[in-house]
Amino acid sequence: MKEMSDLNLPADVKYTKDHEWAKLSGDIVTIGINDYAQDQLGEVVFVELPEIGDTFSQGDEFGSVESVKAVSEIYIPISGEIVEINEGLEDAPELVNTDCYNDGWLIKVKPENTSEMDNLMDKPAYLDMLKG
Amino acid sequence: MRYLPHTKEDIETMLKVAGVSSIDDLFLSIPDDLKTKDGIDIPEGLSEWELDTHMEELASANIASKNYKYFIGAGSYDHYIPAIIPYLISRSEFMTAYTPYQPEVSQGTLQGIYEFQTMITQLLGMDVATASHYDCGTALAEAALIALKKNKKSNKIAVSALTHPSHRQIIQTYISPSGYEIVEIPYTKEGLTDINALKDMDDIAGIAIQSPNFFGNIEDLKTFKVVADEKKILFITSFTEALAYGLLKNPGSFGADLVAGEGQSLGISKSFGGPGLGLLAGTKKQMRNLPGRYIGKTKDANGKEGFVLTLATREQHIKREKASSNICSNNGLNAMVAAMYLATVGKIGIREIAQQNHDKAMYLKKTLEKAGFESVFDTPFFNEFILKAPAGFKQKRIGLIKNKYIFAGICLDPFYPELKGHYLFCATETVSKNDIDQLAKEVQ
Amino acid sequence: MIQQPGTSGLVLNEALLWDKSRDGRCAISLPKQDVDRATLDDSLTGDIPDLPQLSELDVVRHYTRLSQWNFGVDTGMYPLGSCTMKYNPKTNEVQAARKGFAEAHPLAGDEFSQGSLKLMYNLERYLAELTGFEAVTLQPAAGAHGELTGMLMMHAYFAKKGKQRSKIIIPDTAHGTNPASAALCGFEPINVKSGPDGILDPETIAAVMDEDTAGIMVTNPNTLGLFESNIKKIADIVHSKGGLVYGDGANMNAIMGIVKPGEIGIDVLHLNLHKTFSTPHGGGGPGSGPVAVGKRLEPFLPVPRVVKELDSYKFITDCPETIGKIHTFYGHFGIMVRAYAYILSMGAKGLLDTSRLAVLSANYIKESLKGTLNLPYDRPCMHECVFNDEIQQKNHITTVDMAKRLLDYGFHPPTIYFPLVVHGAFMVEPTESESKEDIDQFIDAVKAIAKEAKEDPEKLRKAPFRTKVTRLDEVTAARKPCLKG
Repeated sequence: MKEMSDLNLPADVKYTKDHEWAKLSGDIVTIGINDYAQDQLGEVVFVELPEIGDTFSQGDEFGSVESVKAVSEIYIPISGEIVEINEGLEDAPELVNTDCYNDGWLIKVKPENTSEMDNLMDKPAYLDMLKG
Repeated sequence: MRYLPHTKEDIETMLKVAGVSSIDDLFLSIPDDLKTKDGIDIPEGLSEWELDTHMEELASANIASKNYKYFIGAGSYDHYIPAIIPYLISRSEFMTAYTPYQPEVSQGTLQGIYEFQTMITQLLGMDVATASHYDCGTALAEAALIALKKNKKSNKIAVSALTHPSHRQIIQTYISPSGYEIVEIPYTKEGLTDINALKDMDDIAGIAIQSPNFFGNIEDLKTFKVVADEKKILFITSFTEALAYGLLKNPGSFGADLVAGEGQSLGISKSFGGPGLGLLAGTKKQMRNLPGRYIGKTKDANGKEGFVLTLATREQHIKREKASSNICSNNGLNAMVAAMYLATVGKIGIREIAQQNHDKAMYLKKTLEKAGFESVFDTPFFNEFILKAPAGFKQKRIGLIKNKYIFAGICLDPFYPELKGHYLFCATETVSKNDIDQLAKEVQ
Repeated sequence: MIQQPGTSGLVLNEALLWDKSRDGRCAISLPKQDVDRATLDDSLTGDIPDLPQLSELDVVRHYTRLSQWNFGVDTGMYPLGSCTMKYNPKTNEVQAARKGFAEAHPLAGDEFSQGSLKLMYNLERYLAELTGFEAVTLQPAAGAHGELTGMLMMHAYFAKKGKQRSKIIIPDTAHGTNPASAALCGFEPINVKSGPDGILDPETIAAVMDEDTAGIMVTNPNTLGLFESNIKKIADIVHSKGGLVYGDGANMNAIMGIVKPGEIGIDVLHLNLHKTFSTPHGGGGPGSGPVAVGKRLEPFLPVPRVVKELDSYKFITDCPETIGKIHTFYGHFGIMVRAYAYILSMGAKGLLDTSRLAVLSANYIKESLKGTLNLPYDRPCMHECVFNDEIQQKNHITTVDMAKRLLDYGFHPPTIYFPLVVHGAFMVEPTESESKEDIDQFIDAVKAIAKEAKEDPEKLRKAPFRTKVTRLDEVTAARKPCLKG
């Protein structure tokens, strides 16, 4: 397990208490799990994602991430409709471990209301939460 | 008692180490008022020889202790079991091992079940097969639950009236607490599931068709696939006689999404109905929806090929209440038997035995018709079929069982009251022409 | 130092079946064709399944070699906690193989199946007597299937009362099957923690038990190997709110003849014939999971039920409140024969001694290894004891490393990482069948491994060395599933 100081937590994304990240660019939000979550889970072997067109409200469970002996539910940081899922994860779920903010993203959402982003934490707030 | 190795001295030493003066002291955490006052009213232990006598007495009280000829099936079939199978499966490394959670010392079970999965996919033409279930009925109930849970719009599953009556009851038991329902698809005068009735059914989450069906008739699975596709729902097939697919087109070739079956015919003794072998297979798309164990191939730290239990995250010990099924075992030893059987008969044997089952059943049907039985359906079947019996057969049949060691047909009255006086017959490779002629003579 | 059983020996490689296949071989004696060939229409006939083609000796060697890669109870000590890996008597196999049982057709009819029916009837009576209940069904095919049956009966009970309940209390020490079985019947599991002493506190239950809760599922002795001594109080709390107590009897091996669950407030209990009653585990099944109930739940038992009338036995299905059928026929009859033979061989005294000695052996191991391994709950245990790797963590050695190293010493490892309430759990259940000498060897092996953990931790992390394969890549197996050849 990584030490707190070793965690890769970019400053240009927002975080949830369940360790997802979200990044708004244009009118689309890209979502994944963060470095802390992937480190805790260990080697990811499967990612269960929703279907394009499904809609969720902020905080809803939208899928799960599996390691060999654990399953973690993942919760959506913002309300909206799924417009894209990362199909590359089907053959290469390890991207969630190796590159969780880029190639290891999970879903893209067309948000209902971008102001919901304000409910999420920025890096310092998230770090404070981790430190408890 | 010969199973208990502790000597008096052992017990004394062990008590000393445990820091107590008597075994009773080890049970002090149980409050006295919770301990039973009555002891247990079970007879004194028998010697091995007394046990043999008692058990043989019970076994002899079953007519199966005699050399019977079985012209009955209905989910439990009489087939030859090669001598090597009971011999090999008795190897205690197979029999006395637990679930292969420590793969380094379980490669025998693991490779054996991997080979089983492979041969079942070949038999059924499916992409994946699990490491087995309890029996066909419970496997089919699991398949029905998959269809129901995946479909958010409907809470009903359409099940053919010609699915084994017990299987329909099991589905009912499994699904009703969740508020799901069965709709029964009626059958036609040809003894087949009524596809037109199915077409009219709206609001269903899946279709389950048994083929060969309970009457023995071969269903036209491809037409049901068309309906399932039109309705965008899962197509489930089932079967009770696994050897049928040594001859018939397999369910995979008709586009089944899920297949549940009974594998008892594959080298497993009838054993009064259990343990049998539940088979469950699916398309690749259904791989993660199927409940139960899978064995997968991988490599060890030195690059050597080996096998492990895999995709365990679907299972109850990880997902707990979110698991789709609570299944926590498989009928592993019987799956191993089935694998041994399939390896023994091989490509040549499976077709020849399956063909002979069909040949004998055709001959039996023809011969009984000559002896006064009435044909009911003119539909292709595998090794079971229905005939209407002539008057007086009911009594004759009992006489045959009691005096001639012949089991001739299963009466359908309790299962299909509308088919009064109809009997379900079966012939396998274990009956000879002579046996069939003998039966015909007796019932004439 | 006692000589350890583990050593190296010749292990043979064996290819997959289809790699050995040669066109034209067949290992079965084909019956003679004595009737006309009947050809099915082409549209119905399929391609021949591409099964391997082998000779009889090919098949015999294949499975003989495979068997030699396995470790079973007959090979050596198998102290797998919560699984009761006791000796599987060979006479049981002889009894189940008797022609009158093995060839019995399930639809032969009651009149012609009196031996099977009598055996089932007697076995039901013996299990009812052992557990203190009124009635038993033998139909469930496994422990988890028994749990499902029990939950279905509870569901039916509340349905009949006219008000279904939506929740069920499940302690943190429960097997994963408990919440999964409950969920299948629509009950939402309410998880409760056991107290600091490892057992349930009645106050905890009182705080969550209400009139929308169907009851509680309790394993007793629990999976920490401790007896739930407050069980009667807990049952009273649950009953006072109209609920029912489900007992998971997986650990019945600790209390036969000592506690009858039916007398201490349990309403429904499943047993595992493949644990307590010595039937073989078979590499994962088939097992058998009978369910015992009191008068209140008896009407809901699955059908058919076996009844005795004068001196004969029959199946009845006319039970209006039954939950229905849960197996195609009557359950795993072949397993019932074995368990019945076991009970008759042991007799009342033998069964009582079994539990007493199983508990003695577990306590002996607990005291002998305390200090070598950390013991999170240091109190008298029942038939199993739970350690963990807290001491070895200092050297970055975990439970799995010690478990793998035990293989080299010739032992099957204990259950690891369960129960979940103990971090890094190492759960030892010796059973009554192991002799003091074998247990001493095991204790010695664990001590030697603890020493290695300090002196040569790197070695432990690479163990095992003497097995046919070493640690397998489970990550790749799950990422790129290869489920057939």
